[in-house]
Amino acid sequence: MKNVIYTVVSNERLAENVYKMILSGDTSAVTAPGQFINIKVEPFYLRRPISVFDCEDGRLSIIYKVVGAGTEKMSKMEKGTELDCLSGLGNGFDISVSGENPVVIGGGAGVPPLYYLAKKLIQNGKTVTAVLGFNKADEIFAKEDFEKLGVKTVITTADGSYGIKGFVTDALKNMDYSYFYACGPEPMLKALCDKTKTSGQLSFEERMGCGFGACMGCSCETKYGSKRICRDGPVLVKEEIVWKI
Amino acid sequence: MSGLKLDNPVIPASGTFGFGYEFAQLYDINILGSFSFKGTTKEPRFGNPTPRIAECTSGMINSVGLQNPGIDKVISEELPKMKKCFNKKVIANISGFSVDEYVYTCEKIDKEEQVGLIEVNISCPNVHGGGMSFGTSCEAAAEVTKAVKSVTAKPVYIKLSPNVTDIVKIAEACENAGADGISMINTLMGMRIDLKTKKPVVANKSGGFSGPAIFPVAVSMVYRVYEAVDIPIIGMGGVASPENVIEMMLAGASAVEVGAANLIDPFASKKIVEGLPDAMKKYGINNLKDITGGAH
Repeated sequence: MKNVIYTVVSNERLAENVYKMILSGDTSAVTAPGQFINIKVEPFYLRRPISVFDCEDGRLSIIYKVVGAGTEKMSKMEKGTELDCLSGLGNGFDISVSGENPVVIGGGAGVPPLYYLAKKLIQNGKTVTAVLGFNKADEIFAKEDFEKLGVKTVITTADGSYGIKGFVTDALKNMDYSYFYACGPEPMLKALCDKTKTSGQLSFEERMGCGFGACMGCSCETKYGSKRICRDGPVLVKEEIVWKI
Repeated sequence: MSGLKLDNPVIPASGTFGFGYEFAQLYDINILGSFSFKGTTKEPRFGNPTPRIAECTSGMINSVGLQNPGIDKVISEELPKMKKCFNKKVIANISGFSVDEYVYTCEKIDKEEQVGLIEVNISCPNVHGGGMSFGTSCEAAAEVTKAVKSVTAKPVYIKLSPNVTDIVKIAEACENAGADGISMINTLMGMRIDLKTKKPVVANKSGGFSGPAIFPVAVSMVYRVYEAVDIPIIGMGGVASPENVIEMMLAGASAVEVGAANLIDPFASKKIVEGLPDAMKKYGINNLKDITGGAH
């Protein structure tokens, strides 16, 4: 973890309530896909934890959904704004266990961390499929980004307005894959664990106090004892999860 | 302070600093006066269901509920880890659900050389049938104080709840029961309601409100208790700057704990220690020891 002041390079709307922000600054603390940064948005007290969409030396991007006053404020930030961030938080995805043809599965606001993951998997010579689930066509984002990486990209929409009608689990039915990685709403993650035949890693969300393991605000029970979503997670492996839903 | 020498008055507060080593990865925590480790109980506790955190204007609500590995593991695993990153005495924050539990835990911690002071938490708002219920009656507060004092030679500071009719009465009861000092204040009871779900944000409904918003409440309570008791006070509640430390000491604190600020800025306690000399100079203070209660 590093305390970094990032500068907003750009901040654009991608879809309904969804924005992409590119930040410049020290990215050395980001060591794995699936990690997040915790952003101080004045005048709000707690930081906003947002997953890393893409990262390269000195430049990092996030895609975030406007869900409250903090993200609303973020959506109005202009180029040149400086943001006090804690960078490189969380464990991130372990790409060493992916096998040859992993699938990455994202639901709505859970899609962003999978892009940097897919990029890393491709760089490691893997054949990657992405299944991205949205409610409806005008909520879709990042599809072209995945395609540009050379990832076979399948879209599902709950209302059938684009791609496969239904949920991400419907797209997986006749698919072959060596391993899965997922991020999205908890009911989606649970359905995936029930329906996938391989092992996998899932990224969770929880209301956080600090984001770096000090306050115990985001603890969850796992088969290996209690873990902090912010520090021991947000990524947990399928076999250790204790569902509370 | 009751035989415990501090290089400076800045102490990260229990529950905001873990067992120190997360922060030791970021900076040399030996710069701190001491730190109060995560509230420890007789048995291990997972704590309350999540969500446990809600945001407020200039503050936050937590309902962690004393998540901790239990006294045996704290002694066998956490204390050795703390020793590696902190070469001064730590403050042991102890909680319980009965007088016997407080006694059991304090008796065990009494044997630990690393512990310089025991902070007995009778004010956790997040657990039922324990914690705060001892801190809201003079009789119960005195009973815990007496029981704990009888099993340890270490200085015992009782951590008080602000969620009472008259905190001065509770402080006096603790002093009369033999407490070596008072630690105050714990969090205020608070609640936020989510307008979308129309339900409380935290699963436990209410939680403990902390952060800069409660600083004036803490200063006022420390000021009043200082006038009523002769034992030292560790002041806390919303402290976030060197100026806040000085203000809390002027109200009557001999040392000052920093809580929620550590969660927003992991370097907060370090920055406060480093900023104290300049703040002292600015306000014409030569020695911090001389300013305790200076506002009276």
